[in-house]
Amino acid sequence: MQLTDLTMLELAAKLAAGAVSSEEATRACLERIRQVDPKVRAFLRVDEEGALVAARASDARRKAGNPASPLDGVPVGLKDIFLTEGVETTAGSRILEGFVPPYDATVVRLLKEAGLPLVGKLNMDEFAMGSSNESSAYSLTHNPWDLTRTPGGSSGGSSAAVAAREVFGALGTDTGGSIRQPAALTNTVGLKPTYGRVSRFGIIAFASSLDQPGPMTRTVGDTAALLQLIARHDPQDATSAAVETPDYSADLEGGVRGLRLGVPREYFIEGMDPEVEASVREALREYERLGATLVDVSLPHTKYALATYYLIAPAEASSNLARYDGIRYGQRAKDARGLKELYAQTRERGFGPEVKRRIMLGTYALSAGYYDAYYLRAQKVRTLIREDFTKVFKDVDAVLSPTSPVPAFKLGEKVDDPLSMYLMDVFTLPCNLAGLPGLSVPCGFTKAGLPVGLQVLGRPFDEARLLRIARAYEREHDFFLRPAPLRG
Amino acid sequence: MPVSDFQPVIGLEVHAQLLTQSKIFCGCSTAFGAEPNRNTCPVCLGMPGVLPVLNQRVVEFAVRTGLALECTVKKTSVWSRKNYFYPDLPKGYQITQYDQPICEHGRLVIDTPQGEKVIRVRRIHMEEDAGKNVHDASGGQSLVDLNRAGVPLLEIVSEPDLRDADEAVEYLKAMRDVLVYLGVNDGNLEEGSFRCDANVSVMPKGSSTYGQRCELKNLNSFRFLKQAIEYEISRQVDVIESGGKVDQETRLWDVNKGVTRSMRSKEEAHDYRYFPEPDLPPLHVSDAAIDAAAKALPELPRAKLTRFTSQYGLPAYDARILTAERPLADFFEACAAHYADAKKLSNWFLGELMRLLKEEGTPLSALRFTPAQLAELLGAVDKGTVSANAGKDVLGEMFRTGKAPADIIAEKGLAQVSDTGAIEAVVDDILAKNAGEVEKYRAGKKQVFGFFVGQVMRAMKGKGNPTLVNDLLKKKLGD
Ligand SMILES: [Zn+2]
Repeated sequence: MQLTDLTMLELAAKLAAGAVSSEEATRACLERIRQVDPKVRAFLRVDEEGALVAARASDARRKAGNPASPLDGVPVGLKDIFLTEGVETTAGSRILEGFVPPYDATVVRLLKEAGLPLVGKLNMDEFAMGSSNESSAYSLTHNPWDLTRTPGGSSGGSSAAVAAREVFGALGTDTGGSIRQPAALTNTVGLKPTYGRVSRFGIIAFASSLDQPGPMTRTVGDTAALLQLIARHDPQDATSAAVETPDYSADLEGGVRGLRLGVPREYFIEGMDPEVEASVREALREYERLGATLVDVSLPHTKYALATYYLIAPAEASSNLARYDGIRYGQRAKDARGLKELYAQTRERGFGPEVKRRIMLGTYALSAGYYDAYYLRAQKVRTLIREDFTKVFKDVDAVLSPTSPVPAFKLGEKVDDPLSMYLMDVFTLPCNLAGLPGLSVPCGFTKAGLPVGLQVLGRPFDEARLLRIARAYEREHDFFLRPAPLRG
Repeated sequence: MPVSDFQPVIGLEVHAQLLTQSKIFCGCSTAFGAEPNRNTCPVCLGMPGVLPVLNQRVVEFAVRTGLALECTVKKTSVWSRKNYFYPDLPKGYQITQYDQPICEHGRLVIDTPQGEKVIRVRRIHMEEDAGKNVHDASGGQSLVDLNRAGVPLLEIVSEPDLRDADEAVEYLKAMRDVLVYLGVNDGNLEEGSFRCDANVSVMPKGSSTYGQRCELKNLNSFRFLKQAIEYEISRQVDVIESGGKVDQETRLWDVNKGVTRSMRSKEEAHDYRYFPEPDLPPLHVSDAAIDAAAKALPELPRAKLTRFTSQYGLPAYDARILTAERPLADFFEACAAHYADAKKLSNWFLGELMRLLKEEGTPLSALRFTPAQLAELLGAVDKGTVSANAGKDVLGEMFRTGKAPADIIAEKGLAQVSDTGAIEAVVDDILAKNAGEVEKYRAGKKQVFGFFVGQVMRAMKGKGNPTLVNDLLKKKLGD
């Protein structure tokens, strides 16, 4: 057994007992990255120096009996969407190549204050736009369970790094499923918190009303522990909720006996992978055995979620990405003559095709004469989708569904078919539209050995219950113990 | 038809920088004149990942202004993004308020030759200012200074209720007075902290359908506002008279040529793609906050003017000057509390005090004497302790040194002689020395009286109480 096979909580226990140092754990990660990342390509940048400095500082605190947090010294990775002071941050885009932020994102600051060495920046779809990591301008990340396949997206670097045990945990962001879908495709746990639960300050914005950062780890317990460090009100984010943070680990082993779990009929659809459906149905039976009551529920506006999402998210993105104009930072077209040419060439060269597609979609949806028909109507449908959930949560404690309709697909398979790529998020994005917390927990493998994820959706700020429900299932299985084969 | 057959229709959009210490969505200073890009941070530079946090003072100022302009203050208003590309706009959008502004349906009263006129205020909204592009002519480069980016602005939009350039100027002056009185804006047109655009159209007199309007920009003085509107009215009339049609467009006032010229046609107008700002929740203003702002509202220029004429019995001319600026009005009232004759006090204010303030370039706040001391000086003049002329010197000395009037009068020996015996002795002496002139006077040559007064005053080095000197001379000369 290698050090990197430990979960975050197991490592934290060893650090607390003095059985291992943070420097050893960090060096183990760095060594593992050297070994496997040439195959996985999860990292865009490894900050060896920064991580080791933080690890030694953590060891000094531990030695002095003064740890900064329960996870003090546990090395983690960050999706390259989180601003890190002094460490290049690109959001997977050419246009931000060479951009070194002057400040830390709030969650980065919180992790630093909690003593976690930050090992490096993880690959992602460009500006988080994608479901396979293939829109990254820099490299192709491979799924550790089958290197010819995608690790999911947009937080695919994070899911791959955690699955390949290059880091003990990571942070991702989720706008329409970008934490949960990659977690499902890599046998890892991913949680998208309630909108406003975790600060967005210092996170490169894709769609402001949908974006939410969250933990990606190997176990439910690790996710609870990592969420504990970042879930808090941030006065620098006006959409951050002033809600008290509960102890996410306190009730983790509470089980599901007596809980009512909704099974929405709209989430079991024609065309979904039969093995995925079988795994999820088996998980549902497991919950019944564990004492929960399954309730057939309906979320009737689910069929409009995809269209709604692909109006609202691109609309916000078209505005959020306007700042990348080559004037103040990032890349600038050097040979442009005049202002219009400077803008046009900088953005033409700096953005990839998927980003351009969404900027155009969003610009169109907000244009005079089209706003009412598209953006405004999408906002109305969004309200209906939210109300669907509000009604259902009067009757049930949580909703269960597949996270992704299919297991990890082949790299290159859907690159030229954006619509089928967009369908990958069909089960995850209603949760973002409704601002609810959602989690993906491993629930088995296909015959080909590809991971399947179970999605748990809950009421606003009910993360603790989601974790408890996921943990009840995880306790009965050992999926998380299995190492990814790292074969193609 | 001649110009006089056309009715101009004018509306103004005022942009007022708010006098907050920090910017609207970050903690950077709003101070004017700093080294370029000194007053900036990741938020106002539009760095990736930054989020706006609303400065509550901006809301207070907006509510205060809304109440002063008799607006409805909305309990819920919404922030929007106005999207366009320009180097001085770091995020590629301006955070502003669009379809749900904080204040609506207000009014401002102005004076016209026909009497008072109500100009309706359509809306007031808050927004962030942009930075400044600096074009370096020699190097062929453009530089961007973002010190001003994120400075809070109020945009105050009138209904098209103004009917000529003079009304527009009156409205803008009255608006400036209100904003400066409220302490929300410094009213500086030249530095651009108080700016205005004008929407101008013309229609045949008697018509109720407005003509096509043009928006005029670059109006950074009252004079330019008047000139630009007058030029634009005659231009539009000429276009119509020659059988043409006025195009809706944005026109720039060319200061040097004294003309407006087309800057942007309707077709070239931006599609700003407004949508609600997802980074800021809707703004809620509580009833309690509105009530508190209403209670704290100062007396406004117009109300003060009216009160100065009624309470102090001052002529409108005096009242207007005294109430033009709040500190002067406040100082006048403080003095009036110690001195009953308001008109006499006003004369001293309009004459000596304002002359001194102007000459010395001293702001009222730096005045070195108290209202009670000014009242004491005026009392001394009334009593004849000091002559009116010498009183002016005393005031000048108080202004420069802050010494008490009694001390100055004593030190400089400016006290007037009001001792009848002493004056009588001098009068007797002068009359005795000028027996010939006395003869002439008594023979009817009354003009000689002035000569006697002059002689007495000269003998007394100007300190004789003029009333007593007059009385005694007349008595001795047998009148
Ligand atoms: Zn700033």
